[in-house]
Amino acid sequence: METKTIPHAEAATKFLANPARVQWHDETLWFVRYKRDKIVNEIPEWEQLRNLASQIKEHTLSQLDQYLEQFEAAAQANGVIVHWAADAADHNRIVHSILQQHNARKIVKSKSMLTEECHLNPYLEAQGIEVVDTDLGERIVQLNKEMPSHIVLPAIHIKKEEVGEIFHQHLGTEKGASDPLYLALAAREHLRQKFLAADIAITGVNFAVAETGAIVVCTNEGNADLGAHLAKVHIACMGIEKLIPRTEHLSVFLRMLARNATGQNITAYSSHFRKPAPGQEMHIVIVDNGRTTQLGREAFRNSLKCIRCGACLNTCPVYRRSGGHSYHNATAGPIGAILAPNLDMRKNADLPFASTLCGSCTDVCPVKIDIHNQLYQWRQVLTQEGYVPAAKTASMKAMASVLSSPARYSFAGKWARKFLRWFPSLALNKRLNPWAKQRDLPTPPKESFREWYQKNGGNQ
Amino acid sequence: MRVALFIPCYVDQFYPQVGIATLKLLQHLGLDVHFPMQQTCCGQPMANGGFEHLTHSCNANFIKAFDGYDYIVSPSGSCVLHVKDHLHDPKQEDKATQVRQRVFELCEFLTDIVQVQSLQARFPKRVAVHQGCHGQRGLQLAASTETVTPRFSKPLQLLKMVEGIELVNLDRPDECCGFGGTFCVTEEAVSAAMGLSRVADYTKHEAQVVTGTDVSCLMHQEGLIKRRKLPVQVMHIAEVLAAGL
Amino acid sequence: MSRDKILAAARQNKPAPVPLPEIPAFAWPAEDLLASFSAALEKSGGKANLVKAGTPIAPAVKALYPEAQRIVNYVDGDTAVNEQLVQDPAAIDVVVLKGQLGVAENAAIWLTDWDCANRVLPFLTQHLVLVIDKDTLVGNMHHAYAVMGQQNPAYGVFIAGPSKTADIEQSLVIGAHGPRSMQVFLIER
Repeated sequence: METKTIPHAEAATKFLANPARVQWHDETLWFVRYKRDKIVNEIPEWEQLRNLASQIKEHTLSQLDQYLEQFEAAAQANGVIVHWAADAADHNRIVHSILQQHNARKIVKSKSMLTEECHLNPYLEAQGIEVVDTDLGERIVQLNKEMPSHIVLPAIHIKKEEVGEIFHQHLGTEKGASDPLYLALAAREHLRQKFLAADIAITGVNFAVAETGAIVVCTNEGNADLGAHLAKVHIACMGIEKLIPRTEHLSVFLRMLARNATGQNITAYSSHFRKPAPGQEMHIVIVDNGRTTQLGREAFRNSLKCIRCGACLNTCPVYRRSGGHSYHNATAGPIGAILAPNLDMRKNADLPFASTLCGSCTDVCPVKIDIHNQLYQWRQVLTQEGYVPAAKTASMKAMASVLSSPARYSFAGKWARKFLRWFPSLALNKRLNPWAKQRDLPTPPKESFREWYQKNGGNQ
Repeated sequence: MRVALFIPCYVDQFYPQVGIATLKLLQHLGLDVHFPMQQTCCGQPMANGGFEHLTHSCNANFIKAFDGYDYIVSPSGSCVLHVKDHLHDPKQEDKATQVRQRVFELCEFLTDIVQVQSLQARFPKRVAVHQGCHGQRGLQLAASTETVTPRFSKPLQLLKMVEGIELVNLDRPDECCGFGGTFCVTEEAVSAAMGLSRVADYTKHEAQVVTGTDVSCLMHQEGLIKRRKLPVQVMHIAEVLAAGL
Repeated sequence: MSRDKILAAARQNKPAPVPLPEIPAFAWPAEDLLASFSAALEKSGGKANLVKAGTPIAPAVKALYPEAQRIVNYVDGDTAVNEQLVQDPAAIDVVVLKGQLGVAENAAIWLTDWDCANRVLPFLTQHLVLVIDKDTLVGNMHHAYAVMGQQNPAYGVFIAGPSKTADIEQSLVIGAHGPRSMQVFLIER
């Protein structure tokens, strides 16, 4: 599914070609944000919880090596087999080797953004192994041969009529059926067979507790549990940043995660896996894939606090109107835009610029990541490292020269206003001036403020 | 108390009436206001574009223009936030720090420093308020809807002192308008779509006027409104607060 | 090899130590925990039933699910019947389990694999009935972990309502993969 990267602005323009769909996308996500606002306002200590969550994560990152070792030792003592993967390729190889050991053919997988990040499914498919995504939204995009467009709501870009068509083709539902209840029940029947037949279940990890070696997985559908409990082998894949020190810290995160994500008090299931059930086998794959590099970047390290609630996507006015695929990464939206450049600056140089820096992402973040500041900082880094077009550099240099000199500035300002008055049609040329595509230009006044002030100034 | 007026470059060139209203308002409150002619731009367009390293001479010029004043006041939350967050000069960091500490957005200056209790203004219209994001979330001019904190808004506090004004409740009180500096041209499609949603919120609630703390946001929305010939007038908050003076 | 590489990089790149905060004793503002619990359960698609101690659960379950043929009841059911039915867990209609505690703020009920008999039962059943003592209700998740946080079972789960999804156009559908309904009996002593 690795495709050519289309820059964010171009992909967004394409998405916006269907205004009715964009309006629906915007309003649907805004409603999630509205439900989130309503429910967090029922918790008077919400801002305190944000501080606590942030501090717990910052503390953990500041001793990450010790907590990783502590977690590994505890998990091994629990009878869990622990693996370490330096990068995505390493991760995929490890998972594949476990599947091979068990001669596994039927794999079910619940939601794991990490396996999306590592492109596990296409890797395994290339080895002739089919993985069935069991989260309903993920199953929809998988059948439609797409990436999820949202980390919590994977199929938020797809309308029910389209789901109906996808299910008609793949699951044999009635042609033209689009009732969500009917379609979800069809998926239930289809996926039950998959659960019952699965050799191995792969899940993600929401939290990993260093002191006990337990992992916690949160779902509403119950798909992680059905998979993990029915298969002989459970493989849980986690990034190194999922650690928290102690069990009691779960109370802070479980109070915040679902409230901030979807406006629920808590997910239907918050499952704590510590030891495999008798007769079963449990593996944990601990993955770096650029995270220790990010840990070393002072301006960006606290992006590793992220608990993947997706609230910054829901609140982002750009995301709501450009769609998740415009971010050309497994993790879209503001958080995706500060994580992706760490992995590949050239490929993701467009993302930190796909923002107005409005700061809503920072204010909505349950672990207080200064997302919009990091977008600003990434812009500086990408520019310094040479990942912006030469023409932009030239125009910025010219602008800096004009704006740093009062004389050059006054001269340029005067002529810009004259130009606009004399050649309005040229300034309104939609090809030369993107501003003018959908917007009029301000009517240029004869006099600037400073010209007026020199005449009338202090004598008001 | 000597107050320096900081009029952002695009306000100076394209919206002189906003500078005039700001000056009038401050003078009406009995303040000693000056406009340093040395000033040009705060450097935000370059910095937000990823070229903060090109803003050194802009910063030096800004410090030269505003050094020595007790307060620096500007009718722009966005430019003030940029100065507060990013104005540095390794050659004269003391002065840069002083400038950062003394710069205020107009509304916060009026509510926090001058502590105005009443205004003479009269503006009998239905008004929607666009509290620019940089002012609202960056400068904390108002509590944002994302946070669970006591509700307050410095711009609304002032607007409520205006006689005859009718303030409109919007569906999305603090949604970004999509201006975003160079974003408005590099992401033209998203920018315009965001602006149009914002404008639809005003027209849905039959606002006659939209006002705000940032001319940049307003310029973008005015462009969309004018192109579509919508019956909404766009005015900076200084113009509303100075109405009838 | 990857292990040492990752640990070395984490050691080298980690920031200066940041202290670990203490979690204050947050109170749950509502005095009536049962009312909070019931409201939260209803919000997540379940239903609470308050019963007097000693009331038999089995007939009440039968009344709630008159169509159900295969009811596995670990609270006051027949052990032999249970043992026979769990041979084919995918065919079970209703599972009745005793939960350890309930949380007022979100209607979450804590169960471990000791309480589930088999971990998959509360997920594979078509309908789930959980029974808790009303006295076990706590205000919020901090209180819950204060009670059960040191148990460290091999497996434990907070269950708050039936299985659900909103992945098709954000339309809520109850009964995604797991139980299509959930009833909670709170025993009043």
